[in-house]
Amino acid sequence: MIRIEPRNAPTRLLTLGVPVLSALVALALAAVPLAFAGADVAAAYGEMVNGVFGSVFAFSEMLTRATPLIFTGLAAALAFRARLWNIGAEGQLYLGAMAAVAIGAGAVDAPGIVLVPLIVVLGAAAGAAGMAVPTLLKTRFGADEVVTTLLLNFVILIFVQMMLEGALKDPMGLGWPQSAPILDQGMLPTLIERMRVHSGLVIALIAAGVAQFMLARSVWGFRLRAVGENAAAARHAGIRVNRTLFSVAVVSGGLAGLAGVSEVAGLKGYLTADLSPGFGYTGIVVAMLAGLSPAGVVIAALFIASVFVGADSMSRAIGVSSYLADLVVSMSLLCVLIGGFFARFKLVRSGRVAA
Amino acid sequence: MMDVLQILLSESFWAASLRIATPLIFGVLGALLCEKSGVLNLGIEGIFVAGAMAGWMAVWLGAGLWGGVLVAAGAGAFFGLIHAILTVPLGLSQHVSGLGVTLFATSVSYFIYRTALPNVTSPPRIEPFRPLDIPVLSDLPFLGPVLFQQTALTLLALILVALVWYMLNRTALGVAIQAVGDNPDSVDAQGLSVYGLRIGAVMAGSALMALGGAFLTMSAFDAFFFGMVNGRGWICIALVIFASWRPGKALLGALLFGAFDALQVRLQTEVGALVPGQVFLMAPYILSIIALVIAARKADYPRALLTPWFKGQR
Repeated sequence: MIRIEPRNAPTRLLTLGVPVLSALVALALAAVPLAFAGADVAAAYGEMVNGVFGSVFAFSEMLTRATPLIFTGLAAALAFRARLWNIGAEGQLYLGAMAAVAIGAGAVDAPGIVLVPLIVVLGAAAGAAGMAVPTLLKTRFGADEVVTTLLLNFVILIFVQMMLEGALKDPMGLGWPQSAPILDQGMLPTLIERMRVHSGLVIALIAAGVAQFMLARSVWGFRLRAVGENAAAARHAGIRVNRTLFSVAVVSGGLAGLAGVSEVAGLKGYLTADLSPGFGYTGIVVAMLAGLSPAGVVIAALFIASVFVGADSMSRAIGVSSYLADLVVSMSLLCVLIGGFFARFKLVRSGRVAA
Repeated sequence: MMDVLQILLSESFWAASLRIATPLIFGVLGALLCEKSGVLNLGIEGIFVAGAMAGWMAVWLGAGLWGGVLVAAGAGAFFGLIHAILTVPLGLSQHVSGLGVTLFATSVSYFIYRTALPNVTSPPRIEPFRPLDIPVLSDLPFLGPVLFQQTALTLLALILVALVWYMLNRTALGVAIQAVGDNPDSVDAQGLSVYGLRIGAVMAGSALMALGGAFLTMSAFDAFFFGMVNGRGWICIALVIFASWRPGKALLGALLFGAFDALQVRLQTEVGALVPGQVFLMAPYILSIIALVIAARKADYPRALLTPWFKGQR
């Protein structure tokens, strides 16, 4: 018989090593679907690396892709730390994007110094509202936030489609369901000339830094962690659990809303119903790979973005479906879960007493 | 108002309601079975996709319709096994593992479909299940069109409701599954395997979920489309809570849901000019949220739901 025993304390090596190893294992496992698709496996990996590190432009594309993932990864990491299961980042992203075009596409005509902060703040507020509602349903009525946030994703996406055929539709859009473009002065400036990487990345990195500091050093971060580790004990210690959860919900939803703002006002310029290829859901994988640490989210987002951009480029060159990227992303989530188990527990052959 | 009454009295309305409810019946039964054993299975959405793709592809490759059903169930059980290993012996977060299985099952299905059919403009079709034509029964007034002119999979779903109810409430196995979801220590004390019961329940439940997906590609439609599951799995998770983990109430919930959906399609043609069509598309999800909020307070959760159990640790 094999028994499971907890380790005394997970070592630093394990907490850092497990996610890295999981990501590498998931990447290596991609050889199976590549071979299944009949591709030259070595050449495919070569194309993937080339697609990310082959040129400055390729690398800047990876950073562009990582930007929304840092936001949604932070949204998931902070919420999950408090055991608040925000699976609704996808919908909150669209709420933020909708707010951005509602204000930025001509409704408010102000100089950039006013318009950009307005778009950012109201976009975050829209995302925050999107998570505040299911959190209130949880704390007031006991409705499981996993299910309500998942279902709200669908409601919000249909609402976006409705708005794009109604109030937000671009009158000059030749009938396409898309919003009017955000005014030039409302756009987040790009970082490098002739590349798409934009200052949304800077905002994302600042957000990660602030989140890391707040989580580790502030009273709010302490309350958040206490609620996540043991809500009953936290309540006993005088922490207002519901109020803490609500504040976490607002921050988490706000970050997801910023992902939408950054995609619309930093990259696309206008809103369509296919703005996000699942950034909200991928953010959960990013957060788990990061061990729910905000600083780790940045690194994990860079890795996941590399997988997507690399697989896209490989797909164009060799013709293997780019769904390979989604496959690697989902496998890295399963690997990091299993790895997390072995970081916390060891298998002991029973019969012998552990010293 | 007369129109609504007329709709509610028509055979075609109730036939449509049952047809729309069928994948949900499979899904709710599957989710219920997993949760009764103490394991929440958020892999459901991806398992629907896997069942839809695997069943369709098996038929497309020549396995026959019932062969396709078996392949779909097998695919469901396979992804269920992954979730079960992660959450039962390893005791990992059921939420995160389930979402991981949904992402994995979905991407595996999409990747295989795209690899098998790289450049198709319109998805290839199969010959799906046909409506039954049973002598006498299918010609009954009202019941005939509503019940016995459905496809075989719809009848299978209804039979499974009775079977799952009987199994859970009248057999030793069912009592053990319920006990392992309420108090695993007591099951262990009787010398039964907590791990075995939970893994088995999750695999069987996942196979049922996959049949819900298979119904979509093999009965409701005749091809596989990306995004065709469209949240049906999540709706099932809400319906299980609404049904307080009872198969009979789960059937009722799925039927109410199907009836509402069938009604909105019919109303849409009447008041479509007044309200944007998207309002109707949103309705099922909003309805699920409302059902959840109403049911949540008095929900009688299996007591060990979400709680991992390790052998030899009290």
